Amino acid sequence: MSERTFELEVLRYNPETDREPHFQLYSVSCEEEWVVLDALNRIKETLDPTLNYRWSCHMAVCGSCGMMINGEPKLACKAFLRELPDRIRVEPLAHFPIERDLVTVIDDFIGKLKRVKPYLIPKAEKALTEGEYLQTPAQLKKIKQYTLCINCMLCYAACPEYGLIPKFIGPAAIALAHRYNQDSRDGGRAERQQEMAAALQQVKIASTVDWYQEHLMPWLRK
Amino acid sequence: MAQEIGRRPYLREVPKVRWFFDHPRYLRYMARELTCLFIGAYTLLLVVGFARLAEGRAAYEAFLAALKSPLGVAFHVVALGFAIYHSVTWFNLTPKALPVQVGEDFLPDWVISGAHYAAWLVLSAGMLYFAGAF
Repeated sequence: MSERTFELEVLRYNPETDREPHFQLYSVSCEEEWVVLDALNRIKETLDPTLNYRWSCHMAVCGSCGMMINGEPKLACKAFLRELPDRIRVEPLAHFPIERDLVTVIDDFIGKLKRVKPYLIPKAEKALTEGEYLQTPAQLKKIKQYTLCINCMLCYAACPEYGLIPKFIGPAAIALAHRYNQDSRDGGRAERQQEMAAALQQVKIASTVDWYQEHLMPWLRK
Repeated sequence: MAQEIGRRPYLREVPKVRWFFDHPRYLRYMARELTCLFIGAYTLLLVVGFARLAEGRAAYEAFLAALKSPLGVAFHVVALGFAIYHSVTWFNLTPKALPVQVGEDFLPDWVISGAHYAAWLVLSAGMLYFAGAF
Protein backbone atom coordinates (compact mmCIF):
# COMPACT_ATOMS: atom_id res chain seq x y z
CA MET A 1 0.00 0.00 0.00
CA SER A 2 1.43 3.36 -1.01
CA GLU A 3 1.56 6.30 1.35
CA ARG A 4 1.42 9.95 0.49
CA THR A 5 1.90 13.05 2.61
CA PHE A 6 -1.11 15.28 3.08
CA GLU A 7 -1.20 18.72 4.63
CA LEU A 8 -4.20 19.12 6.88
CA GLU A 9 -5.14 22.63 7.96
CA VAL A 10 -7.29 21.99 11.00
CA LEU A 11 -9.28 24.66 12.82
CA ARG A 12 -8.33 24.54 16.49
CA TYR A 13 -10.14 26.15 19.39
CA ASN A 14 -9.47 25.64 23.04
CA PRO A 15 -12.12 27.49 25.09
CA GLU A 16 -9.79 27.66 28.09
CA THR A 17 -6.88 29.39 26.36
CA ASP A 18 -7.98 30.73 22.96
CA ARG A 19 -9.87 33.93 22.31
CA GLU A 20 -10.84 32.68 18.88
CA PRO A 21 -10.20 29.68 16.62
CA HIS A 22 -7.06 29.42 14.51
CA PHE A 23 -5.74 27.02 11.90
CA GLN A 24 -3.01 24.53 12.70
CA LEU A 25 -1.11 22.77 9.94
CA TYR A 26 -0.28 19.08 10.18
CA SER A 27 1.79 17.13 7.66
CA VAL A 28 0.73 13.56 7.89
CA SER A 29 1.55 10.46 5.89
CA CYS A 30 -1.60 8.66 4.77
CA GLU A 31 -2.44 5.62 2.74
CA GLU A 32 -4.04 6.33 -0.63
CA GLU A 33 -7.33 4.63 0.19
CA TRP A 34 -7.84 6.41 3.50
CA VAL A 35 -10.54 8.89 4.38
CA VAL A 36 -10.10 12.22 6.19
CA LEU A 37 -11.14 10.58 9.46
CA ASP A 38 -8.19 8.15 9.16
CA ALA A 39 -5.87 11.10 8.65
CA LEU A 40 -7.26 12.80 11.78
CA ASN A 41 -6.85 9.56 13.74
CA ARG A 42 -3.23 9.31 12.64
CA ILE A 43 -2.64 12.93 13.68
CA LYS A 44 -4.14 12.23 17.09
CA GLU A 45 -2.17 9.02 17.51
CA THR A 46 1.22 10.20 16.29
CA LEU A 47 1.41 14.00 16.17
CA ASP A 48 -1.02 15.74 18.50
CA PRO A 49 -3.11 13.89 21.08
CA THR A 50 -4.89 17.13 22.02
CA LEU A 51 -6.89 17.27 18.78
CA ASN A 52 -10.63 16.88 19.44
CA TYR A 53 -13.29 15.59 17.06
CA ARG A 54 -16.32 13.31 17.20
CA TRP A 55 -16.52 9.98 15.47
CA SER A 56 -17.86 6.53 16.09
CA CYS A 57 -18.77 4.08 13.35
CA HIS A 58 -16.37 4.95 10.52
CA MET A 59 -18.99 3.75 8.01
CA ALA A 60 -21.39 6.64 7.38
CA VAL A 61 -24.08 5.30 9.69
CA CYS A 62 -23.71 7.12 13.01
CA GLY A 63 -23.58 10.68 11.71
CA SER A 64 -20.99 11.85 14.26
CA CYS A 65 -18.07 12.94 12.11
CA GLY A 66 -19.69 15.69 10.04
CA MET A 67 -17.24 18.53 9.38
CA MET A 68 -16.34 21.09 6.75
CA ILE A 69 -13.79 19.61 4.36
CA ASN A 70 -12.44 22.20 1.95
CA GLY A 71 -15.54 24.26 2.66
CA GLU A 72 -18.04 21.49 1.98
CA PRO A 73 -20.04 19.80 4.72
CA LYS A 74 -19.02 16.14 4.62
CA LEU A 75 -18.73 13.05 6.76
CA ALA A 76 -15.01 12.66 7.49
CA CYS A 77 -15.42 8.88 7.21
CA LYS A 78 -16.75 9.21 3.67
CA ALA A 79 -14.37 11.89 2.38
CA PHE A 80 -11.75 9.91 0.47
CA LEU A 81 -8.26 11.38 0.36
CA ARG A 82 -7.80 10.20 -3.23
CA GLU A 83 -10.61 12.58 -4.23
CA LEU A 84 -9.07 15.54 -2.41
CA PRO A 85 -6.07 17.77 -3.11
CA ASP A 86 -2.85 17.33 -1.11
CA ARG A 87 -3.76 20.25 1.12
CA ILE A 88 -7.04 19.80 2.95
CA ARG A 89 -8.79 22.36 5.11
CA VAL A 90 -10.77 20.80 7.94
CA GLU A 91 -13.18 22.92 9.99
CA PRO A 92 -16.04 22.18 12.38
CA LEU A 93 -19.53 22.09 10.87
CA ALA A 94 -20.55 25.57 9.79
CA HIS A 95 -23.37 27.43 11.59
CA PHE A 96 -22.88 25.56 14.88
CA PRO A 97 -21.01 27.04 17.83
CA ILE A 98 -17.60 25.42 18.33
CA GLU A 99 -17.22 23.60 21.63
CA ARG A 100 -13.56 22.65 21.09
CA ASP A 101 -11.53 22.07 17.92
CA LEU A 102 -13.84 20.16 15.52
CA VAL A 103 -16.49 19.45 18.15
CA THR A 104 -19.63 21.57 17.86
CA VAL A 105 -22.52 22.38 20.21
CA ILE A 106 -25.54 20.54 18.86
CA ASP A 107 -28.13 21.28 21.56
CA ASP A 108 -30.06 23.59 19.25
CA PHE A 109 -30.40 20.86 16.63
CA ILE A 110 -31.50 18.22 19.15
CA GLY A 111 -34.07 20.66 20.55
CA LYS A 112 -35.47 21.20 17.07
CA LEU A 113 -35.80 17.47 16.45
CA LYS A 114 -37.77 17.10 19.67
CA ARG A 115 -39.91 20.06 18.82
CA VAL A 116 -41.56 18.44 15.77
CA LYS A 117 -42.92 15.56 17.91
CA PRO A 118 -40.97 12.82 16.11
CA TYR A 119 -43.09 9.89 17.24
CA LEU A 120 -46.35 8.25 16.20
CA ILE A 121 -49.42 10.10 17.37
CA PRO A 122 -52.08 7.48 16.51
CA LYS A 123 -55.38 8.59 14.99
CA ALA A 124 -57.17 6.47 17.58
CA GLU A 125 -55.38 5.07 20.58
CA LYS A 126 -55.50 1.26 20.65
CA ALA A 127 -55.37 -0.88 23.75
CA LEU A 128 -52.33 -3.11 24.01
CA THR A 129 -54.54 -6.19 23.61
CA GLU A 130 -55.72 -4.96 20.18
CA GLY A 131 -52.25 -5.51 18.76
CA GLU A 132 -49.88 -3.43 16.66
CA TYR A 133 -50.58 -0.52 14.35
CA LEU A 134 -50.22 -2.32 11.03
CA GLN A 135 -48.84 -0.96 7.79
CA THR A 136 -48.69 -2.32 4.22
CA PRO A 137 -45.39 -2.45 2.28
CA ALA A 138 -46.65 0.38 0.05
CA GLN A 139 -47.46 2.55 3.09
CA LEU A 140 -43.99 1.85 4.47
CA LYS A 141 -42.34 2.68 1.18
CA LYS A 142 -44.06 6.07 1.18
CA ILE A 143 -42.08 7.13 4.26
CA LYS A 144 -39.01 4.91 4.00
CA GLN A 145 -36.72 7.48 2.41
CA TYR A 146 -37.46 10.00 5.17
CA THR A 147 -36.60 7.49 7.88
CA LEU A 148 -33.02 7.14 6.64
CA CYS A 149 -31.72 10.43 8.08
CA ILE A 150 -28.72 9.83 10.36
CA ASN A 151 -28.84 13.28 11.99
CA CYS A 152 -25.35 14.16 10.81
CA MET A 153 -26.33 17.86 10.55
CA LEU A 154 -24.56 18.33 7.22
CA CYS A 155 -27.78 19.85 5.86
CA TYR A 156 -27.74 22.49 8.61
CA ALA A 157 -24.14 23.33 7.74
CA ALA A 158 -25.11 23.62 4.07
CA CYS A 159 -28.23 25.73 4.72
CA PRO A 160 -27.52 29.47 4.51
CA GLU A 161 -30.86 30.32 6.14
CA TYR A 162 -29.96 28.39 9.27
CA GLY A 163 -26.66 30.25 9.40
CA LEU A 164 -28.40 33.62 9.15
CA ILE A 165 -31.44 32.88 11.30
CA PRO A 166 -30.62 30.21 13.88
CA LYS A 167 -34.29 30.02 14.92
CA PHE A 168 -35.13 28.46 11.55
CA ILE A 169 -36.21 24.91 12.36
CA GLY A 170 -34.05 23.59 9.53
CA PRO A 171 -34.04 20.84 6.89
CA ALA A 172 -33.61 17.68 9.02
CA ALA A 173 -36.34 18.61 11.50
CA ILE A 174 -38.74 19.45 8.66
CA ALA A 175 -37.94 16.13 6.95
CA LEU A 176 -38.48 14.33 10.26
CA ALA A 177 -41.87 15.98 10.73
CA HIS A 178 -42.75 15.03 7.16
CA ARG A 179 -41.77 11.42 7.85
CA TYR A 180 -44.40 11.19 10.61
CA ASN A 181 -46.99 13.31 8.80
CA GLN A 182 -46.85 10.92 5.85
CA ASP A 183 -47.05 7.81 8.03
CA SER A 184 -50.30 5.90 7.48
CA ARG A 185 -50.52 5.08 11.20
CA ASP A 186 -50.14 8.67 12.30
CA GLY A 187 -52.77 11.29 13.08
CA GLY A 188 -50.56 14.04 14.46
CA ARG A 189 -50.18 16.17 11.36
CA ALA A 190 -52.26 19.08 12.69
CA GLU A 191 -50.31 19.14 15.95
CA ARG A 192 -47.00 19.13 14.14
CA GLN A 193 -48.09 21.78 11.66
CA GLN A 194 -49.08 24.01 14.55
CA GLU A 195 -45.59 23.60 16.00
CA MET A 196 -43.97 24.26 12.60
CA ALA A 197 -46.15 27.35 12.09
CA ALA A 198 -45.09 28.66 15.49
CA ALA A 199 -41.46 28.07 14.52
CA LEU A 200 -41.98 29.89 11.22
CA GLN A 201 -43.61 32.78 13.05
CA GLN A 202 -40.56 33.01 15.27
CA VAL A 203 -38.34 33.06 12.20
CA LYS A 204 -40.42 35.88 10.77
CA ILE A 205 -40.08 37.89 13.96
CA ALA A 206 -36.40 37.09 14.17
CA SER A 207 -35.84 38.09 10.59
CA THR A 208 -37.65 41.41 10.74
CA VAL A 209 -38.14 43.04 14.14
CA ASP A 210 -34.92 42.27 15.93
CA TRP A 211 -32.96 40.57 13.21
CA TYR A 212 -29.61 41.74 14.42
CA GLN A 213 -30.10 40.83 18.04
CA GLU A 214 -31.51 37.44 17.22
CA HIS A 215 -28.64 36.86 14.88
CA LEU A 216 -26.15 36.87 17.73
CA MET A 217 -26.23 33.33 19.05
CA PRO A 218 -29.45 33.50 21.03
CA TRP A 219 -28.92 30.17 22.74
CA LEU A 220 -25.57 31.24 24.16
CA ARG A 221 -26.79 34.37 25.87
CA LYS A 222 -28.95 32.50 28.37
CA MET B 1 -14.59 14.36 41.31
CA ALA B 2 -13.37 15.75 38.05
CA GLN B 3 -12.99 19.47 37.84
CA GLU B 4 -15.67 21.04 35.71
CA ILE B 5 -14.37 22.29 32.39
CA GLY B 6 -15.35 25.81 31.50
CA ARG B 7 -17.56 25.96 28.42
CA ARG B 8 -17.14 28.91 26.13
CA PRO B 9 -18.58 27.94 22.75
CA TYR B 10 -17.43 30.11 19.87
CA LEU B 11 -19.87 30.99 17.10
CA ARG B 12 -18.36 31.96 13.79
CA GLU B 13 -20.60 34.72 12.45
CA VAL B 14 -22.11 34.41 9.00
CA PRO B 15 -21.45 37.70 7.18
CA LYS B 16 -24.79 39.49 6.94
CA VAL B 17 -24.53 40.70 3.37
CA ARG B 18 -21.82 38.96 1.41
CA TRP B 19 -22.52 35.41 2.61
CA PHE B 20 -23.94 34.48 -0.78
CA PHE B 21 -20.56 35.03 -2.38
CA ASP B 22 -19.09 32.36 -0.11
CA HIS B 23 -20.22 29.44 -2.24
CA PRO B 24 -21.47 29.09 -5.84
CA ARG B 25 -24.46 27.17 -4.47
CA TYR B 26 -25.46 30.17 -2.34
CA LEU B 27 -25.05 32.48 -5.30
CA ARG B 28 -27.36 30.32 -7.42
CA TYR B 29 -29.84 30.25 -4.55
CA MET B 30 -29.88 34.03 -4.21
CA ALA B 31 -30.07 34.44 -7.99
CA ARG B 32 -33.22 32.34 -7.89
CA GLU B 33 -34.63 34.48 -5.08
CA LEU B 34 -33.84 37.51 -7.21
CA THR B 35 -35.92 36.16 -10.10
CA CYS B 36 -39.10 37.10 -8.19
CA LEU B 37 -38.29 40.80 -8.68
CA PHE B 38 -38.23 40.42 -12.45
CA ILE B 39 -41.31 38.21 -12.54
CA GLY B 40 -43.07 40.73 -10.30
CA ALA B 41 -41.93 43.63 -12.50
CA TYR B 42 -43.20 41.84 -15.58
CA THR B 43 -46.57 41.28 -13.93
CA LEU B 44 -46.75 45.01 -13.14
CA LEU B 45 -45.91 45.76 -16.76
CA LEU B 46 -48.87 43.61 -17.86
CA VAL B 47 -51.15 45.49 -15.46
CA VAL B 48 -49.92 48.81 -16.87
CA GLY B 49 -50.59 47.41 -20.35
CA PHE B 50 -54.20 46.64 -19.39
CA ALA B 51 -54.60 50.15 -17.98
CA ARG B 52 -53.28 51.67 -21.23
CA LEU B 53 -55.63 49.43 -23.22
CA ALA B 54 -58.55 50.70 -21.15
CA GLU B 55 -57.51 54.30 -21.86
CA GLY B 56 -57.95 53.81 -25.57
CA ARG B 57 -56.17 53.06 -28.80
CA ALA B 58 -53.63 55.91 -28.74
CA ALA B 59 -52.49 55.16 -25.20
CA TYR B 60 -52.15 51.46 -25.98
CA GLU B 61 -50.15 52.07 -29.14
CA ALA B 62 -47.82 54.40 -27.24
CA PHE B 63 -47.38 51.61 -24.68
CA LEU B 64 -46.55 49.09 -27.44
CA ALA B 65 -44.06 51.56 -28.95
CA ALA B 66 -42.39 51.95 -25.53
CA LEU B 67 -42.06 48.16 -25.31
CA LYS B 68 -40.17 48.18 -28.61
CA SER B 69 -37.63 50.73 -27.39
CA PRO B 70 -34.11 49.40 -26.65
CA LEU B 71 -34.78 49.72 -22.90
CA GLY B 72 -38.04 47.77 -23.26
CA VAL B 73 -36.36 45.02 -25.27
CA ALA B 74 -33.44 44.83 -22.81
CA PHE B 75 -35.87 44.47 -19.90
CA HIS B 76 -37.71 41.66 -21.69
CA VAL B 77 -34.51 39.77 -22.45
CA VAL B 78 -33.32 39.99 -18.82
CA ALA B 79 -36.79 39.15 -17.44
CA LEU B 80 -37.06 36.17 -19.81
CA GLY B 81 -33.64 34.92 -18.68
CA PHE B 82 -34.65 35.08 -15.01
CA ALA B 83 -38.07 33.52 -15.72
CA ILE B 84 -36.42 30.59 -17.51
CA TYR B 85 -33.92 30.16 -14.67
CA HIS B 86 -36.79 30.25 -12.15
CA SER B 87 -38.85 27.69 -14.08
CA VAL B 88 -36.02 25.28 -14.88
CA THR B 89 -34.74 25.19 -11.29
CA TRP B 90 -38.27 24.57 -10.03
CA PHE B 91 -39.09 21.86 -12.59
CA ASN B 92 -35.84 20.08 -11.80
CA LEU B 93 -36.70 19.81 -8.13
CA THR B 94 -40.36 18.79 -8.61
CA PRO B 95 -39.54 15.05 -8.34
CA LYS B 96 -38.44 15.74 -4.76
CA ALA B 97 -41.24 18.16 -3.89
CA LEU B 98 -44.10 16.27 -5.56
CA PRO B 99 -43.34 12.54 -5.50
CA VAL B 100 -46.18 10.43 -6.94
CA GLN B 101 -46.64 6.91 -5.63
CA VAL B 102 -48.39 4.47 -7.94
CA GLY B 103 -49.08 1.20 -6.16
CA GLU B 104 -45.93 0.50 -4.19
CA ASP B 105 -43.39 2.37 -6.31
CA PHE B 106 -42.77 6.01 -7.02
CA LEU B 107 -42.89 7.40 -10.56
CA PRO B 108 -39.35 7.97 -11.88
CA ASP B 109 -37.99 11.51 -11.51
CA TRP B 110 -37.96 12.18 -15.23
CA VAL B 111 -41.71 11.55 -15.50
CA ILE B 112 -42.52 14.20 -12.89
CA SER B 113 -40.18 16.89 -14.19
CA GLY B 114 -40.90 15.83 -17.80
CA ALA B 115 -44.62 16.36 -17.23
CA HIS B 116 -43.87 19.89 -16.01
CA TYR B 117 -41.69 20.66 -19.02
CA ALA B 118 -44.37 19.24 -21.35
CA ALA B 119 -47.09 21.37 -19.71
CA TRP B 120 -44.79 24.40 -20.01
CA LEU B 121 -44.28 23.78 -23.73
CA VAL B 122 -47.99 23.23 -24.40
CA LEU B 123 -49.03 26.36 -22.48
CA SER B 124 -46.31 28.48 -24.13
CA ALA B 125 -47.34 27.22 -27.59
CA GLY B 126 -50.97 28.01 -26.73
CA MET B 127 -50.04 31.55 -25.68
CA LEU B 128 -48.04 32.07 -28.88
CA TYR B 129 -50.99 30.72 -30.91
CA PHE B 130 -53.43 33.15 -29.30
CA ALA B 131 -50.90 35.96 -29.75
CA GLY B 132 -50.96 35.18 -33.46
CA ALA B 133 -47.40 33.93 -33.79
CA PHE B 134 -48.54 31.03 -35.95
